[in-house]
Amino acid sequence: MEIFNATNLVYILGGFVKTIEISVLSIACSIAVGTVLALVKSYGPRPLRLLVSAYIELFRCTPNLLWILFIYFTVQGIDILISTLAFTLFTSAVMAEIVRAGLNAVPVGQFEAARSQGFGFIASMRYIILPQTFRTITPALFGQCTTVIKDSSYLSGINVAEFMYTTNVVMAHAVSLDQVLLLYGFVFALYFSLNFGISLLVRRHQRSIASA
Amino acid sequence: MLEGLFDPKRWALTFANMGPFWEGFGVTLRVVASGLALALLLGTLLGVFSTSRSRLLRGAARIYVEFYQNTPLPVQVLFMYMAGPQFLQMVTGAAQPVRIAPFALGALGVGLYHAAYVAEVIRTGIEAVPRGQMEAAQSQGFSRVQTYAYIILPQTFKIILPPLCNQALNLVKNTSVLALVAGGDLMYRSDNFVSLYGYLQGYIVCCLMYFAICFPIAMLGQWLERKSKERPRAKVIPGVTDGLDEGSTARTVYGREV
Repeated sequence: MEIFNATNLVYILGGFVKTIEISVLSIACSIAVGTVLALVKSYGPRPLRLLVSAYIELFRCTPNLLWILFIYFTVQGIDILISTLAFTLFTSAVMAEIVRAGLNAVPVGQFEAARSQGFGFIASMRYIILPQTFRTITPALFGQCTTVIKDSSYLSGINVAEFMYTTNVVMAHAVSLDQVLLLYGFVFALYFSLNFGISLLVRRHQRSIASA
Repeated sequence: MLEGLFDPKRWALTFANMGPFWEGFGVTLRVVASGLALALLLGTLLGVFSTSRSRLLRGAARIYVEFYQNTPLPVQVLFMYMAGPQFLQMVTGAAQPVRIAPFALGALGVGLYHAAYVAEVIRTGIEAVPRGQMEAAQSQGFSRVQTYAYIILPQTFKIILPPLCNQALNLVKNTSVLALVAGGDLMYRSDNFVSLYGYLQGYIVCCLMYFAICFPIAMLGQWLERKSKERPRAKVIPGVTDGLDEGSTARTVYGREV
């Protein structure tokens, strides 16, 4: 039987599209939540700071798959939204640490200068501090994007029809080792091009900053 | 959603069925130990390769690192799970596909995957120590072994230990990939418990057990990071460093104050 017929290919690539959709949504939400968490951990009142630290440590020290299964068990809804919720839960903890490292790298003088020019807390963050923060953490942020894309394959554990899941469904019809190898070659190639492409972009971006 | 979370009867049943959890905990620990050993050994080797003079070795290390860092671990493990038995059959000439034990699959999976990351850590660690350090040490009469032992490696370790700790932490978390291939690890056993009884408590026990492994590693990493940022202090050698109190700003060159 021909494994790479049109129907199978369309089905598998549908999974690839879903992988990208979930990754993009998760990353956007995680950056938003992570930035808020980082700001609270850096400048918030003490009880809130402790709470955020506990949140970050909890999600840094437990497997992603656990939270994927946990959310799948406790929340009903459309698969893309559930997946995004689960990924935002633990990825925002990582994003918070990345943003915090970026905040620490902004010189103290910038805060003082903003304050002396009459900027309030929110305005100085919005116009002075955060733009500088995000410029320094761009490579780390994109590194995390790669991690989210790769980890989204854990979602096949809860039968979300992402790339690895759709491949496995087709894989069930593979009869010979050749077909298995061909399918995996295809999957590896697509994941690799996507992630390697992102890392190449980051490297070019870093070089352009270095040479500027 | 979270109904029955504080139901004492559910908790009692969970605690009465802790056997599989501890069994899974044991499997996870063993996979972590062998996976970490493999990752450190192979990673160090690849890291040294990628700083060597041979283009072939550098290229091989580069390809390995890029492949493993840019493809998902679950796909790698599933690939070994699906194609491994038939491949081994072909190699060994056995009559039937050779079954791979889940333990081996897990250790090999996380070991090979994290070796790529360890290799990058080792490479940056080696490249971060300036060549001048080696030259300076040898000009001072240090032998090659002494140079590595007293000058190069202490500086390298300071740089690589915090990220290595981070890799160990991720490796522990990634062993949960075994649950996708019914590997009998902690994640798999907990998920089984939850599907069997429908009680959320299984995930909470699982969460606490993973946390118990990972939190000490995370703390160790933070401690190492703080320590690596401290400035090195001169060793106190009686009769040699006695006269140099910290407040003294006078510097001498060849016995003359400057």
